[in-house]
Amino acid sequence: MKIRLFTALSLMLPVASLAQPAPAPAPMTPAAMEAAIKSAQTSGDNAWMLVSCALVLLMTGPGLALFYGGLVRKKNVLGTMMQSFILMAWGTLMWAVVGYSLAFAEGSPFLGDLRYLFLEGVGTAPHPDYGATVPHLTYMAFQLMFAIITPALISGAFAERMKFSAMMLFTTLWSLLIYYPMAHMVWGKGGFLNAFLGGKIPTLDFAGGTVVHITSGVSALVCALYMGKRLGYPNEQMRPHSLVLSFIGACLLWVGWFGFNAGSAVGAGGLATSAFVATHFGAAGATMGWLLAEWLMHGKPSVLGGISGAVAGLVVITPASGFVKPMPAIIMGLIGGIVCCLMVMKVKSMFGYDDSLDAFGVHGVGGTLGAMLTGVFATNQVNDALKDAQGKLLPLGLVDGNGGQIMNQLIGCTIAWGLAIVGTLIILKICDMTLGLRVSPEDESQGLDLSQHGEEGYNFEA
Amino acid sequence: MKKIEAVIQPFKLEEVKEALKAIGVDGMTVSEVRGHGRQKGHKEVYRGQEYQVDLLPKVKLELVIADSRQEEVLKTLIGAAKTGKIGDGKIFVYDVKDAIRIRNDERGESAL
Repeated sequence: MKIRLFTALSLMLPVASLAQPAPAPAPMTPAAMEAAIKSAQTSGDNAWMLVSCALVLLMTGPGLALFYGGLVRKKNVLGTMMQSFILMAWGTLMWAVVGYSLAFAEGSPFLGDLRYLFLEGVGTAPHPDYGATVPHLTYMAFQLMFAIITPALISGAFAERMKFSAMMLFTTLWSLLIYYPMAHMVWGKGGFLNAFLGGKIPTLDFAGGTVVHITSGVSALVCALYMGKRLGYPNEQMRPHSLVLSFIGACLLWVGWFGFNAGSAVGAGGLATSAFVATHFGAAGATMGWLLAEWLMHGKPSVLGGISGAVAGLVVITPASGFVKPMPAIIMGLIGGIVCCLMVMKVKSMFGYDDSLDAFGVHGVGGTLGAMLTGVFATNQVNDALKDAQGKLLPLGLVDGNGGQIMNQLIGCTIAWGLAIVGTLIILKICDMTLGLRVSPEDESQGLDLSQHGEEGYNFEA
Repeated sequence: MKKIEAVIQPFKLEEVKEALKAIGVDGMTVSEVRGHGRQKGHKEVYRGQEYQVDLLPKVKLELVIADSRQEEVLKTLIGAAKTGKIGDGKIFVYDVKDAIRIRNDERGESAL
């Protein structure tokens, strides 16, 4: 009885204290209120951007590493995964020392200067042009994840036959000569192709159709042509050793891509949602497109076809993700799935090059298609960043009545193709003359795992 | 003594094992192998690239039995492994010179 009384009393206590007249809150000054709002927005935007950074890293390892690793023969599984994974470390160091500065510092229209060398001056204070509500460091980290995955994508073309040392030199030079300049041109302040920060030719590339997918995909084609076929291709059995690994990798890519595209809004607002939805719809459309094309041509819809279609759709929608509505996103995906399927299944065998894991057929072709279709479907109803001096929205793509944008997109694509072809040829020549590109025939038949790394992926008897 | 070497369909292994156990065959060695006889392989397509897969997964059974049991064991084995379709496999019979149980040096049929 006593205990019950005590409980009742203690329950009443807070009520009693609430009954006291509360002291009136001190009136907030407008400046204090503005600061509070800004801090709240920074928290919201930065939370999403940090998650996005992690999602984009997830695309390289384990996403791409598993996707590619499953597609090769089992003697090359570790070597192939390593070609993605090593960039998570090496790409980061290069970015910290010089990469971020060359890509994102103001400088010439084609390359940044060295003001951010060793990340000097890149701190928690926001960069007003790249992301006024998030720390500059967050933006740097987000862009770093792109600089990691882009060279990793190329490894699909030289899989199963390139020396590890040559691959390291290749990706180092490739980042310096191709990725940093291209990223600067499209996204850097004052970049030649930057539509939003004073570029001469305003191209639209929301999350990397030209910067990521055309550069890597076209370079992949050059690598495949320059290095030649794998020993025994196409007569020997080169079936993927584990489509289960590839399946897991592709699904991780799909999920990670939300960070890639929706994160490119550099904020957690409506534009991020719009890009998120377009990304997902594009992937869905392309999965169905590829499967349908394959079903009609070969009589069976394959799992490899389905996951390849999803990746192709994600590639196609990347440049458009922050500019298009959901229905055009589905249409872009459908077209992308069908076109990339035809490229990989028909055109590749017509020309006979050995792009082992179809880096060109998916990323080069999908990236170009996506960049061009962005010029068609981009609309200021989705993205209101472009305004004239009076604050009136400017038309974006053909659907807004701006047919000229298609020409701008074409110029952007041409520059990306040209830089990738010429740059990659020079880099391959340098690697070939210094280290030699290919492993010896003995090492190739033994496999990269043993010959390059001294270990094996599967030791079931162990 | 006779050694029976049978290459059969992998999905028939359980049935064959049970049938042999039922007639009192105690020991066998089983390995996963790949091979083909007259059965043609199948076609697989990966991104439009066609592969003819000739060597198919099979299971190889090896057992050594007393001479007197040969026909009985073969009949049981065939009965359990047969589907009547191409690819059912083959059986080979060999003469065995001797058998030794390592644990206690027993020899001949009593070592089986």
